[in-house]
Amino acid sequence: MPDTTNPILELRGVSKQFELQGQRIEALRDAHLRVQKGEFVCLIGASGCGKSTLLRIVAGFESTTRGQALMWGMPINGPGPERGMVFQDYGLFPWLTVRGNIGFGPMSRGRSAMEVKDTVERFISLVGLQRFADAYPHQLSGGMKQRVAIARVLANDAEIVLMDEPFGALDAMTRERLQDELLEIWQRTGLTVLFVTHSIEEAIFLGDRIVVMSPGPGRIESELAIALPRPRDVVAPDFNDIRRQLSQQLHSHHSRKAA
Amino acid sequence: MLLDAASRSPLIAAPTVEPALQRQTSFFSRLRNPLLAIVFPVVVLVVWHFATYGQKYSLIPPPIEVARALYDLTFGGIYDDAYSRTLHIHLLASLSRVYGGFAIAMTVALPLGLMIGRISLVRRLLDPTLQVLRPIPVTAWLPLSMIMFGLGPRSAFFLVCLGAFYPILINTIFGVRSVDPRLFEAASMLGCQGPAQFFRVVLPASLPAIFTGLRLGLGFAWVVIVVGEMTGVQTGLGAIIMEARQLSRTEIVICGMIVIGIAGFISDRLVMLLGKRLLRWSPNFA
Repeated sequence: MPDTTNPILELRGVSKQFELQGQRIEALRDAHLRVQKGEFVCLIGASGCGKSTLLRIVAGFESTTRGQALMWGMPINGPGPERGMVFQDYGLFPWLTVRGNIGFGPMSRGRSAMEVKDTVERFISLVGLQRFADAYPHQLSGGMKQRVAIARVLANDAEIVLMDEPFGALDAMTRERLQDELLEIWQRTGLTVLFVTHSIEEAIFLGDRIVVMSPGPGRIESELAIALPRPRDVVAPDFNDIRRQLSQQLHSHHSRKAA
Repeated sequence: MLLDAASRSPLIAAPTVEPALQRQTSFFSRLRNPLLAIVFPVVVLVVWHFATYGQKYSLIPPPIEVARALYDLTFGGIYDDAYSRTLHIHLLASLSRVYGGFAIAMTVALPLGLMIGRISLVRRLLDPTLQVLRPIPVTAWLPLSMIMFGLGPRSAFFLVCLGAFYPILINTIFGVRSVDPRLFEAASMLGCQGPAQFFRVVLPASLPAIFTGLRLGLGFAWVVIVVGEMTGVQTGLGAIIMEARQLSRTEIVICGMIVIGIAGFISDRLVMLLGKRLLRWSPNFA
């Protein structure tokens, strides 16, 4: 049951403008969003709709031009371990092994060597990479790299995991497998997930709630709660109904923009 | 072992093809590459031999004479002149100047490069001057160096150091400045922020470029050794080349050239081995 009184994450009228070659780009206009602890929220929209900008503001990589981003009611100013980011291009440290990458966060925060070691082993087994614990990132497949990236933020006690099209560069088989694994981890750990994607199916399969965004200027268009029971069947009729509904919504943005 | 394990995993597709291919060709390429590598030198030797052998007034000695001179230079017992059995002395003198000059260059260029790369004030303060000084050839520094450091080994050290300095500096700056910005984001969201990022992100990430700089720098140290030893030192491979030239002992000149080539090659190979070990993680070195 979502608790509507105290959101883990709240955006209040957040706007973001960039200066690009002397031109003002409005990446995000007046975004309002509340995320409850343990929720899985998907952000979806065409490119330029500001979904990545929104995520980067929550991560603390970007500041807001107007409005406020709050975590547990406190303004977000700068990146922090409680908000772990999983990038599409992984962002692993190439000079560290799988172990080293997962231990990077705990070590940076001054945990003892014993504690780091325990944490690392625990999260290596969580994502099933025991056999590759001493491999370097360039020796891993894309799917394995993304598992390391996920384990890395979980090992660092992230309360919110921010995922920026994390499975976008993976092949279909690997993507489905990682979606399943992510849901399993989410259900087991009670994480809060903010997940950016451009795949309607992925959003419906994963999300408790889908936030639909539209471009020019980037803004939140509508929200849709997904009440389908899990595990979800991507070919079930009610799944398809939602897919059709979302698809129409997204395409109407497109044609409106083109017109 | 890792790759074997990987091939069994359904998640890995692409990386398994390459190692299999390598394994198949390694046996042949191991034999073929050295064979191919000596084809060209053999052709040069043959042409050189027929162009010079038996020619009375040839200024260039035939290869067999150079070989005899090299033997005499190394072990003695043929000519018994001033050069006999002196190679180790000259080689050692040059080695100490190359590695000494290189070490000095490294201790100055590395920290300087890191600072120029990371601290904008230092960059604006020093980079323009260094860029103007850079095109000046080491040879052009010779007269000034002899005035400043006197005739002898100190000038040689200075010039070798100068030759090694810029490759190390430029590559260090490049390495430090071209760290993927994503890695800073990753580090800061994991709780590694501010100055801590220098040791945990900047330094390791720029290590391959720094290493390339060190390798190039050491190579340049060998390149400028002859100029460095034109400063009136008595020993060294460069010194005997310049001296033998004045005595028209061209075979000794060529011996000096060959030894510099081989010593430089071996030293580069050793550095590469070291790099492969330290930078196992980098796809460019592994």
